[in-house]
Amino acid sequence: MSQEILYTVLLLVALGALAAIILYWVSQKFKVQENPKLEEVMDALPATNCGGCGFAGCSGFASALVNADDLSPYHCPVGGNEVMQEVASILGKEVQEKDPFVAVVKCAGAIGVRVHTTNYDGAANCSIASDLYSGERGCSDGCVGLGECVDACDFDAMYMDETTGLPVVIEDKCTACNACVTTCPKNIIDLWPKGKRDKKIYIACVNEEKGGTARKECSMACSGCAKCADECKYDAITVENDLAKIDYDLCKLCGKCVVACDVRNIVADGFKPEMIDKLAEKREARLEKEKEAKRLEREKAKAEAAAAKAAKEEVSDKSE
Amino acid sequence: MLLNLTKKLKRFHKGGIHPEENKFSAAAPITELPLPKSVTIPITQHIGAPAKVVVERGDTVKVGQIIATHEGFVSSNIHSSVSGKVGKIDKVMDSTGFKKMAINIRVKGDEWEESIDRTPDLIKDISYAPDEIIKKIMEAGVVGMGGAAFPSHVKLSVPPDKKVDHLIINGVECEPYLTADHRIMLEKPHEIMVGTHILMKALGVPKAIIGIEANKWDAIEKLAEVAKDYPGIEVQGLRVQYPQGGEKQLIEALLGREVPSGGLPFDAGCVVHNVGTIYSMYMAVQKNRPLIERVVTVTGKDVKTPSNFSVRIGTPISDLIDAAGGLPENTGKIISGGPMMGKALNELDIPIAKATSGLLLIPDEKAHRQEVYNCVRCGKCVDVCPMGLQPVELSLLSKGKDLEGVKANGIMDCIECGSCSFICPSNRPILDYIRYGKSNLKKAPK
Repeated sequence: MSQEILYTVLLLVALGALAAIILYWVSQKFKVQENPKLEEVMDALPATNCGGCGFAGCSGFASALVNADDLSPYHCPVGGNEVMQEVASILGKEVQEKDPFVAVVKCAGAIGVRVHTTNYDGAANCSIASDLYSGERGCSDGCVGLGECVDACDFDAMYMDETTGLPVVIEDKCTACNACVTTCPKNIIDLWPKGKRDKKIYIACVNEEKGGTARKECSMACSGCAKCADECKYDAITVENDLAKIDYDLCKLCGKCVVACDVRNIVADGFKPEMIDKLAEKREARLEKEKEAKRLEREKAKAEAAAAKAAKEEVSDKSE
Repeated sequence: MLLNLTKKLKRFHKGGIHPEENKFSAAAPITELPLPKSVTIPITQHIGAPAKVVVERGDTVKVGQIIATHEGFVSSNIHSSVSGKVGKIDKVMDSTGFKKMAINIRVKGDEWEESIDRTPDLIKDISYAPDEIIKKIMEAGVVGMGGAAFPSHVKLSVPPDKKVDHLIINGVECEPYLTADHRIMLEKPHEIMVGTHILMKALGVPKAIIGIEANKWDAIEKLAEVAKDYPGIEVQGLRVQYPQGGEKQLIEALLGREVPSGGLPFDAGCVVHNVGTIYSMYMAVQKNRPLIERVVTVTGKDVKTPSNFSVRIGTPISDLIDAAGGLPENTGKIISGGPMMGKALNELDIPIAKATSGLLLIPDEKAHRQEVYNCVRCGKCVDVCPMGLQPVELSLLSKGKDLEGVKANGIMDCIECGSCSFICPSNRPILDYIRYGKSNLKKAPK
């Protein structure tokens, strides 16, 4: 009995050893030549396969990094500067720091703000609804509100606010992978630099219709009045096709444009409300001053004209 | 005579459904709607490039005057349907559900272009050469009036490598509720026959078949009677089955020929035109009358007087609804076109376009979609698909954005007839997802 057990064990050990030898031989014989650093880079990457880098997944990005001479065009938005630094040190190359980005929703057309025109009861998908017609609410450029962006987010960084009917980005979770930006059929989501101390200023509107028409459909729409552009000292705001746009590279986050907007649709994220109030007061005071100056000027002009008239009359009196 | 026609009833053989017919307005003769106060004429009422506006605000126009000219070959002229002063030229909500450029004209008097023959006399002699006929149809801005609004002159310009031996006239009107084509066939049979002869001459084909479904028996009899005086034209009765009015289905039903995948009726040796279009072509060629009016059915279960109106293009739909007895209180949805392929409208002042065949007012309790359940794999959608596709598979592949998959399963052959969504016992929005897949495939880089 014990002999049988012994033979069985021995046979299995022998078979195992044989298989191991064959496997080792095969793996050596048919070894795929691979850059040894590829695996290290792969380990350094976050392995989310979100596609935010522009490649289908992390492995594609890793092989591109290993084969690249210059790392500057590549960036992993999820891992950020930290991961890129690590990758650079593995590959022995230089990498520049890049500002972290975050997704922002450029539409303020909440329920109640936009006119409700129709009821949509088809498939709950923004692309299908927007292919079909201009949408449940006024302003055909605005948010459809069916949450396709939320479905597209791999990081649970978005949710639909039920009271406004608009998507909200949870900034701490957002990795700027671009998935929501490419999904949105109305192109209202954009990537924006997180900014110094998490401050950022952007215009929450993409409507390019004429001011009056746009406001009729949405009381928060940008009418293209250019008051914000006049206020900006750094030429960061341009108005094109009745829509103001902020260039975030030029924006110095002074916040003056925010208070210049009639409908306060320039979002000042990360600013203290007291600061905005102060800016508004300052602007109010300045406008008052300007108005006063204009009035004085007008009065002065009037007085001068009266004096000139009087002088003229005097001359004519004398000549008589 | 009657027995003879019954014997020969034909139909298409792949799939198909039988929705409730509800042709309430079939007995209502076509009545002229009084002139509206103002019309709004969109410049894109056809498939292809938008027309180019050639009038300015404040201009005075006559009925039949060109107000926008075609841009390129696949495009169409737009004529003023009223006389008056041009108002705003701005973006306006139209029957497609999107805002598009449109010309507003305030009506003043009823002054027509002098070249237009407004007498009701029938002109039988065709004095134009084939290329002249096509040119006249193009100038008159005639487009397919069955719903697709494809510029008609393009359909008549047969590529030199294709041989056409049959002209098919589509009098099927398979959409439930609609009766516009039915009434045209009953009231203008001679015009349709002459129009058919005009097209036969333009195309150089010896034979034309008019296909009519058996639920319009009076129209079959009438046209068969009239056709005796017009050589080469045959009237063929068809068994009632949706979507028999689809070009490909009609060709299969009448001639037993199949249009190849991705092909056009040319490839099956046919040209197909709707009876409404034929009537407009007759008016364009024999009477110099551009496409400025059309027959529109206004109908619905609760509409007081379901009617067929002859209306000027650009008339707001509210005028038609008022003329049919006003908007029923419980209306939940207004559809432009039929219930199967029509589109819900989002405003009451949307203008009638060249392709608006009907207005369907649906009561609120019937206007909404029902709760969606899981697919039970019954395969009914596969059975009814008139194109022999697998709608369930296509909708799932589309939902998952599998572009290769949808292409391999022939998504572009889908004619969007809606039979699959109609038959689905789980109320699944199958067609919505197929459309989504189609639009994703079109957008994808080649």
